[in-house]
Amino acid sequence: MKMMNCPLNGLRNISEFVHGGEVKEMPDPNSCSDDAWAEYVFYTENGISVVTEWWLHAPSGYWFIAERHTGSDEILKTYDPSVLFNKRVEFSAPVTEGMA
Amino acid sequence: MTSMIDNSMRLNAPMGLLLNRDNAVEFLFEGQRYQGYAGDCIASALLANDRWLMSRSFKYHRPRGPLTMAGQDANTLVQLGGDPNALADRTPIAPNMQIEGQNYNGTLDKDRDAMLGHFGRFMPVGFYYRSFFKPMGVWDKWEGVIREKAGLGRLDLNFEPEYYDKKYLFTDVMVVGSGPAGLSAALKAADGGAQVLLVEEMPLVGGALAYNRFDIEGIEADRLRAELIAKVEAHDKITVMVDTVCNAWFTDNYLPLIQGKRLFKVRAKECIIASGAYEQHVVFRNNDLPGVVMCSAATRMMKLYAIKPGQSAVVLTGNDDGYLTALELNDHGVNVKAVVDMREGAAPMDLIDALSKRGITLHQGYTVYEALAEKGNKRVKAVDVRKITAKGEVGNASRVIDCDLLCMSAGYMPAYQLLCQAGAQLSYADDLAEFTLSKLPEHLHIAGSVNGIHQLDSVMADGQRAAQLALNNLNLSDELPGKVSCSVKPNFDWPIFSHPKGKDFVDFDEDLQAKDIVNATRLGYRDVQLVKRFSTVGMGPSQGRHSALPTARLVANSTDRTVTETGVTTARPPFAPEKLAHIAGRIFDPYRRTPMHHRHLELGAKMIPAGNWRRPAFYGDPNERDACIHTESVHVRNKVGLIDVSTLGGIELKGPDAAEFMNRIYTFAFLKQPVGKTRYAVYTNEHGVVIDDGVACRIAEDHFYVTATTSGVDRVYRDMTKWNAQWRLDVDILNVTSAYCAVNLAGPDARKVLETLVTDTDLSPEGFPFLAYGEADVAGIPARLLRVGFVGELGYEIHVPSRYGEALWDLLMDAGKAFDIKPFGVETQRLLRLEKGHVIVSQDTDGMSHPGELSMTWAVNRKKPFFVGCRSVDIVMAQPQTRKLVGFVLPAESKKPEEGHLVLEGDAITGNVTSCEYSPALKQIVGLAFAGINSSQPGDHIYIRVDGQLVEAEVVNLPFYDPDNLRQEM
Repeated sequence: MKMMNCPLNGLRNISEFVHGGEVKEMPDPNSCSDDAWAEYVFYTENGISVVTEWWLHAPSGYWFIAERHTGSDEILKTYDPSVLFNKRVEFSAPVTEGMA
Repeated sequence: MTSMIDNSMRLNAPMGLLLNRDNAVEFLFEGQRYQGYAGDCIASALLANDRWLMSRSFKYHRPRGPLTMAGQDANTLVQLGGDPNALADRTPIAPNMQIEGQNYNGTLDKDRDAMLGHFGRFMPVGFYYRSFFKPMGVWDKWEGVIREKAGLGRLDLNFEPEYYDKKYLFTDVMVVGSGPAGLSAALKAADGGAQVLLVEEMPLVGGALAYNRFDIEGIEADRLRAELIAKVEAHDKITVMVDTVCNAWFTDNYLPLIQGKRLFKVRAKECIIASGAYEQHVVFRNNDLPGVVMCSAATRMMKLYAIKPGQSAVVLTGNDDGYLTALELNDHGVNVKAVVDMREGAAPMDLIDALSKRGITLHQGYTVYEALAEKGNKRVKAVDVRKITAKGEVGNASRVIDCDLLCMSAGYMPAYQLLCQAGAQLSYADDLAEFTLSKLPEHLHIAGSVNGIHQLDSVMADGQRAAQLALNNLNLSDELPGKVSCSVKPNFDWPIFSHPKGKDFVDFDEDLQAKDIVNATRLGYRDVQLVKRFSTVGMGPSQGRHSALPTARLVANSTDRTVTETGVTTARPPFAPEKLAHIAGRIFDPYRRTPMHHRHLELGAKMIPAGNWRRPAFYGDPNERDACIHTESVHVRNKVGLIDVSTLGGIELKGPDAAEFMNRIYTFAFLKQPVGKTRYAVYTNEHGVVIDDGVACRIAEDHFYVTATTSGVDRVYRDMTKWNAQWRLDVDILNVTSAYCAVNLAGPDARKVLETLVTDTDLSPEGFPFLAYGEADVAGIPARLLRVGFVGELGYEIHVPSRYGEALWDLLMDAGKAFDIKPFGVETQRLLRLEKGHVIVSQDTDGMSHPGELSMTWAVNRKKPFFVGCRSVDIVMAQPQTRKLVGFVLPAESKKPEEGHLVLEGDAITGNVTSCEYSPALKQIVGLAFAGINSSQPGDHIYIRVDGQLVEAEVVNLPFYDPDNLRQEM
């Protein structure tokens, strides 16, 4: 069984972790095109390369980021999400009137 | 029954390392009584009685005897009572063990199907595939006959269950194989400070040191083995496990070991594979006769089991090891008639001299072209020796030498299986005629003959080199590992001598001859994987240990490619057959219990699974489900009931951004939710699909408590924490599901019951109205009160810390006595909420259900900047809607639809029933179903297929019961 280095808990069996999908930048949901939103929601790169992914250490409920090569399945590094997400995210007001 | 006590073939001690000669063991083979010693395997005990025929081959029923004496071949598969396919050359004998051969019709000695061999030319490679696929159905006709003929052993279906278990082990370094490489690696690693686990497949430590001869005098192996074992036994950092198979390599050195009835799961920081190499056979006619064995099998017979392998022997070799085998045989009184060396002028002078001193004839540049058999092919009686004239070709001059033993060694194949499972690359070195391994993962190392190192001193050095790499990875040392090389070339390039009459076996398991492999390539199967699948080569129990190398050579040769290009077939776990009992888990299905669990049992609840919990479905006779549910539901509608809702998820959100966070997760608006009020919370995922709902309580400006569905809470909590890992809002999020338990006290008399216990809160309709939230003291228990309406009656959800659960239940049941309180179960709750038309997310919704389809748009606020599913909800809502969740009714006497029944419009499926029950309150059948948008208005009719019959139901407004919600708002 594979092992993964959790930034909070150290080296643990991969069965303790849950994959959370690629780290993707969300387009502005109130102004992007439908296509751009669909691309964001439904598509992943899925290539043979290093991908940046969300992983959860389930027993401790801790989310972190891992860089992994999809070809070799080698986990290159893992780190706290604050490395990528370090400031408060705000959303713009809706452009059009939606339903009440 | 006659008893046969012979043991005439035994050698004197110190031969027989495994034997305990003080302990004689009797057993039965084919109904005949035999005697061996404790420590004997089945094969050695039979050989001691000069019995060589032990089983028959799978396809041609050829007589077979031991080939490797190490469990590496399938020649001696035997039946042990109800246990088929036991390896006779590995399985120890036990008193009164009953053993039978396999693959024969009649008796092992007189097999009525032995003539199958004569029909071999009518059964070419791929026979079954090519003969039984046309016309259609022909296989069905023949399958029974073929399976009867081709079976491997018999299973006892009336087996008695036995106890098997598992254990976890952790170690710094695991060494697989305790030969000279493994022993020296283990010692070096342990000396360097690492904790070492040394694993040996055989019952004794030493590997080749225990049976092989390394020098002309025959003293070096014993001396070195004794020295190394003494050091290992004295070392407190080394743990040794014998009779233990490392059956696979899994990522990051996760290694399953099988020892007896226990599976060990080992996590090793570093792993050193010193698994050795398999001696290879020479391909010539009748190379499968009993009495034709590997050189190492003959030395194992002598040294491990004190068996004299024959009276007169010929040794056929492609390397120096055959010479040493000849010396060993000669030492123990076997008349070695000749050593036949396939090489020309390659043997060192000292070995040639040693043979001539003992009067052993040497033929260099010769091979055995054919083995000649006694009647019935039961034992070799002579060999036809011929000069090699070209690659795989021999001259016409024949020299027949009588013998009852032929030992052969064409070279070695690394025991590559574990390494290839780890992703190592196997390539063929043409100059060495040998496969080598490279590109190992970082924490996996290789040492000894599996690494192509064959000289004893180099093998020892290679073990130390591998251990040094492991120590460096463990940060216990930083010395550079030494370079190890080996000048010995033990592999003969082309030990394949096809005979026009065949029976020159490449694969003994599957009775495949050289021409079968070549013919497979001629039929177009060039890839070795396809050759395997077409011809079945390597598919037998020995998994290509002996057939992979000659197959690769034959395929390469006949397809004009290199052996590296041809390669071998993929090695997958398990390495050796393992029993299902080893890998099966115990029946372990844990579930969670609420604090009131045992009260439900006392009250006679019928418990059912709910997520990973058990909940009461209803209380009473399990066979009277409908009656119990109806009684309970009517009781809640008319009086008062109590249900345990502790399994509901609970999430606590606290911090300045708690309201902002709620506003981003759920569809409703939460910024202005008043303190002391609850609000319905719907959660849509990024696809805009409704995946959970709950009730949000605002405890304080900066504090929310939100419930989630029993099976949805983990998902919701994970999503929440993932979102805030990105948003960085100032809020703490905690899953408090198991910290709180809860009940729903519901029914017209609910207030009266609660008022007897709560004195610090005004529970009047004005003081604590519908949708109110408050904290109250329930007879000393600190509680969170929620005025909810899930079942459509006046109701209070009472959430208390879990440790008060039992006390709360008892207090309410006690206080409710005066009002005839009764507990009700989750099935009753489902009926009650259905009467109110309340949706259960995941029962009444599916992976496509957006808020519009569920008539939940009232709970979606699109004026706020964001909620998780907002944009996707916008997109799907802008499209024409195709279906809708509707309420339908049917007369009480009509056929009742079940969940999942289809809703049809003509032939088209427009939806399905999601919930349906008979409603005692309404005296009709009520249900929810997805219906096509054209028949989703009240008054429309939908057609439901119930057990093949169409039932017409009327779409009605929701809720079915108490449409003005007067009762829940009392």
